[in-house]
This record gives sequence, structure tokens and C-alpha cells, in this order.
Amino acid sequence: MFAESALNIRNKRVQNLFRILFLMMTVLLIIPVVIILATLVAKGGSIISIDFLFTDPTNGMTAGGIFPALLGTVWIVAVALLASVPLGVAAAIYLNEYAGDNWFTRIIQLAIINLAGVPSIVHALFGVGAFVIFFGFGTSILAASLTLAIMTLPVVIVSTRESLRAVPQAFREACWNMGATRWQTIRRVVLPNAVSGILTGVILEVSRTTGETAPIMFTGAAFFLPFLPQGVFDQTMALSLHLFVVATQVPGVPDNLPFGVALVLIAMVLLMNSISIAFRMYLRGKKKW
Amino acid sequence: MSAINPLNRSMTTDFDSRNMDWYIDKFVQSIVFVAGISAIIFIIGIFVFITMEGLGFLLEDFSFREFFLSPFWEPSDEDAPEYGILALVAGTASVTGLAMVVAIPFSLGAAIFIGEFASGKMREYLKVLVELLAAIPSVVWGFIGLSIMNPLIIDLFDVPVGLNVLNAGIILGLMAAPIMTSIAEDALKAVPDRYREAAEALGATRWQVIFKTVLPAAKNGLLGAVLLGVGRGFGETMAVLMATGHAVNIPGSLFDPVRALTATIAAELGETAVGSPHYQALFTIGIFLFIITFLINLTADLIVRGIRKG
Repeated sequence: MFAESALNIRNKRVQNLFRILFLMMTVLLIIPVVIILATLVAKGGSIISIDFLFTDPTNGMTAGGIFPALLGTVWIVAVALLASVPLGVAAAIYLNEYAGDNWFTRIIQLAIINLAGVPSIVHALFGVGAFVIFFGFGTSILAASLTLAIMTLPVVIVSTRESLRAVPQAFREACWNMGATRWQTIRRVVLPNAVSGILTGVILEVSRTTGETAPIMFTGAAFFLPFLPQGVFDQTMALSLHLFVVATQVPGVPDNLPFGVALVLIAMVLLMNSISIAFRMYLRGKKKW
Repeated sequence: MSAINPLNRSMTTDFDSRNMDWYIDKFVQSIVFVAGISAIIFIIGIFVFITMEGLGFLLEDFSFREFFLSPFWEPSDEDAPEYGILALVAGTASVTGLAMVVAIPFSLGAAIFIGEFASGKMREYLKVLVELLAAIPSVVWGFIGLSIMNPLIIDLFDVPVGLNVLNAGIILGLMAAPIMTSIAEDALKAVPDRYREAAEALGATRWQVIFKTVLPAAKNGLLGAVLLGVGRGFGETMAVLMATGHAVNIPGSLFDPVRALTATIAAELGETAVGSPHYQALFTIGIFLFIITFLINLTADLIVRGIRKG
């Protein structure tokens, strides 16, 4: 109908140019990381084996496996979850089901944002001051886990709140109309409909907690321990700190050992994240309302 | 019984809903409220506890002039220990600054591509990828700086040591970019579609819509994304500890090693005696970091909320 004018052609050309420019920027953002991951696999892949995962480090940590660090990370993450999930879910319930839209709620939200923004080393200082010294837990799994729990609390609160918000208001109103109290409504209607979304957030938190190093350095994780932790008041090794130690503190470590540790750590974190993302997408597809 | 006082009876039993369920409901409400304000309690708690540990230094050895203006951080000097954080601030600032130079163009570019150009499946995949990049732990980034970037910089630029501002800045930039990308993309998404439709109806091409309409409208959100990136760079610990070279130094070039505020705490806290001036000085750095990041996050939040309301 219309012949394309010179201006139209020029505009189209400019548009395509920008499209390609921004695509390049996106790709350039991703490529270095892909190269880095490939290098990790290439250099550390050779050391990964069942033995590596399930034996102790030997020869002053220059040989052997990573079992105590792996187990320690599981301990720390598990205890941190026990503390932060109930607290975070309860906080999200308050924010979504009880709190009004006023200045007080706003302050709580600001506190949550800031809690997520406080540097991890400051969380570590807090952990030392509060849990190790003031509450007298000493350097222990408990102190390290509580420090991490507070640090990752915003992850649980934000994701739980999202999934509570996704439950339609009509569900609650129907329940109230039948004479149920607020808590009965939350327990029987809101939470069951939000539980899978909450789980997504919890998995994400596991991933965050696994990778953190600075907050546990002085609160409960040790460079090297000849024994496995027996309870929450013991110190433990941890995978993230173990990577720091073998990469910087121990002389004479063979090249592929720290690469192997980094690979295991990053694999755990990315696996958790992928599960969380896949789960989220599955839920979005399944949603009926 | 009912003949005596029917009204009173029905008042207390039939209409009064304060049964077991009512009490449980109130009980849960108060528990949930306490959990709700826990974030406030923790923020105050963090400030109180690190101030408590650092207080001795603040009251006795602290001199404003020395602390902020002296480039000498020599806390273990037995005769005349000096606690100046100027060089450490310069270290943190130079690394964060370079990180932003790396991260800002790429993250904004990626956000524009993902939010405005990409569609359907491709957008989904890119978003997932960016999310995964954001999940890589900082100690792994530090290790990458140490073992991959270090030899690379030595080879490429022919310098003796590759642990310097350049290394840490690039590492930190790569770390911050994914987070900044997702926040910036949220800011673009917050621009109402009718703005785009109005511009398109006037005959604007896609890139004209983006540059003349979407970007100006999303300006505050994008600024917020950059500020949050700065806050993250300021507070990052393990990566800068491992990649900066950890030498107290006001950098003169990209190839100078530096030391960051956060890394100083991480490296020295384990070696100091609890309650010693050195130990307390480290907590004083912690207070400083807490206040700075608090202000950055607060400003970012206020700026971002600004557009949501407007």
C-alpha cells in the first residue's frame, strides 16, 4: 500500500543496529561466565570422584577428599533453615495477612531490604558479638547457622510473601464467611495453596546459605578439624571456607584440588537454584486461578 | 434458669465468640507480629552489637582525623599503632568504581534487551540465565580472580602480579551485573504499556520508544539498580579479599594492588585478641560499613519507590 520512505528505511536500520548492540551486550555479559565455568570443569573435573566426595583431606589438606567440609555445610545449612524458615514464614504471614498499608509496614519493609543489603562481613561481626560472645555459644555450628539465618531471612520473607500474595483474596473471603477465624483461614486455605511457592523460596535459601563464606569464618567454621561435628556446639569445616583455605592458605596444594572444590560448590549452588527455578515454572504452568 | 435472666445468658454464651478458636487466633496473631517485626529487631541488634564491641576503641583510641584521613593502617605496630582507613576506603572505592564501569553498560544493555527486544521463550531463558549468574557464590568469584584472572592479567599486560584493582574490579563487575540487570529489568517493566503504545501510535520505532519514552520514565528505577550495585560492591568481602592483592595502598593505576575495608576485617579478625584495640578498631570499620550501606540502600529504596507512586 505504502512505499517505504527513506526515513522509514533509515529508522528500521537504526533499530536493527540497536537490537544487535544490546544483544551483544547481553551475550558479552554471559560469555565470560560460560568460559569461567568451562575452565572450572576442565581443570577440576579430573579430581571429582566418589572418593573425593567421601574421604577426609590428607597430607595437610594437599590431598584426599572433602567429606568433612561437605558434611559441615549440610549441618550449617540444616540448622540455619530450622531457624530462618519458621521465622521468615511467620513474618511473611504477618506482612501479607495482618499488616495494613501504613508507615509501620513500610519501616518493616525497609528493615528487610537493609537486612539483605548489610555486608556479609558485618553480619559476621554481629555473629561474633552476639552469638559467639554475648550468648556464649562460642565458635560453633549454632552461632554460624544463626548468623546465616538472619542474613538469609529476607530471602524467605520475600519469596513466601510473593506466594501468599498469589492466593486469591476470594479464597480468604469465602472462608471468613463460613465463620472461620483468621488463623483457621491461613492454616486451612492460604498456606496449603502457597506451600509449593514457599518451598521454592526455601530451596533458594539453601543455595544462598551454602555459598556464604564470610559470615561463618569467625562464628563456627574451622580451617581444618580432625573430627566430624557431633552436635550444634561443635565447630565444623565448611565447603565454602574450605575453598578459601585450599586456594590461599595452604602451600603446595596440587592445581586441580581447589578447582575441584570450587566445582563441587558451584554445582551444589547452581543445582539448588535450577531446581528452585524449574519448580517455580512448573507451578506457574499448573496454576488454576 | 433462663426464666430468671434470659438476656444475660445469651449475651455471655451465644453471642460471645471468645471460645478456644478465638484465643488461638489472638495467640497466633501476636506470635506472627513478633516475627513480623523481627527484621527491625535484627537491624537494631546488628548496630547495637557491633557498636558494643567497637565502643572501647571509639571512646579511647579513636581520633576522627587519624581514622578517616591517615593512609596508614598499622594496627599491629607495637610502639605506635596507627588506625587510618583512608587507603582502605580508596581500595574499596577504586574497585567498586571500576566494577560499576564494567557492570553499568552491560547490565543496562542486557536489561533493555531482555525487557524490550527479546520475546517469549528467549526472554524466559535469558532471565533464568541471569538469575543463575547471580547465584554464583562470592568465594568462587574470588577463586576465579585468583586462579584464572591473575595469570591472564600477567600475560596480557606484562605485569609482575595480576592481583590488583583491575582484577578485583572486573570480578566485582561480573558479580554485580546480573543483580543490576534484574533490578533494571523490573524498572523497565514498571513503565506502563500505554506509554509505549502512545509513542508507537505516533509512529515511533522500537528504539525511539525505548530512548525517548521508556528510559526517561524508568530513570529512577535504573538509578536505584545502579545504587544497589554500588552497595553490593562496597560490602562484598570474599571476592575482594582474594583478588585485590591485599596491600594497604592508595592506588595510582589499575595495576596497583589495594586492600578493601571488608577484606581487612575478614583477614585480621581471626588474629586479634577479643577486646584489644585492634579488634575494636575492626568493629569500628564494621560500624562505618554498616552506616554507608544502610544509607545507600535507603536512598536506592526511596528513589525506586518514587516512581512506583508517581
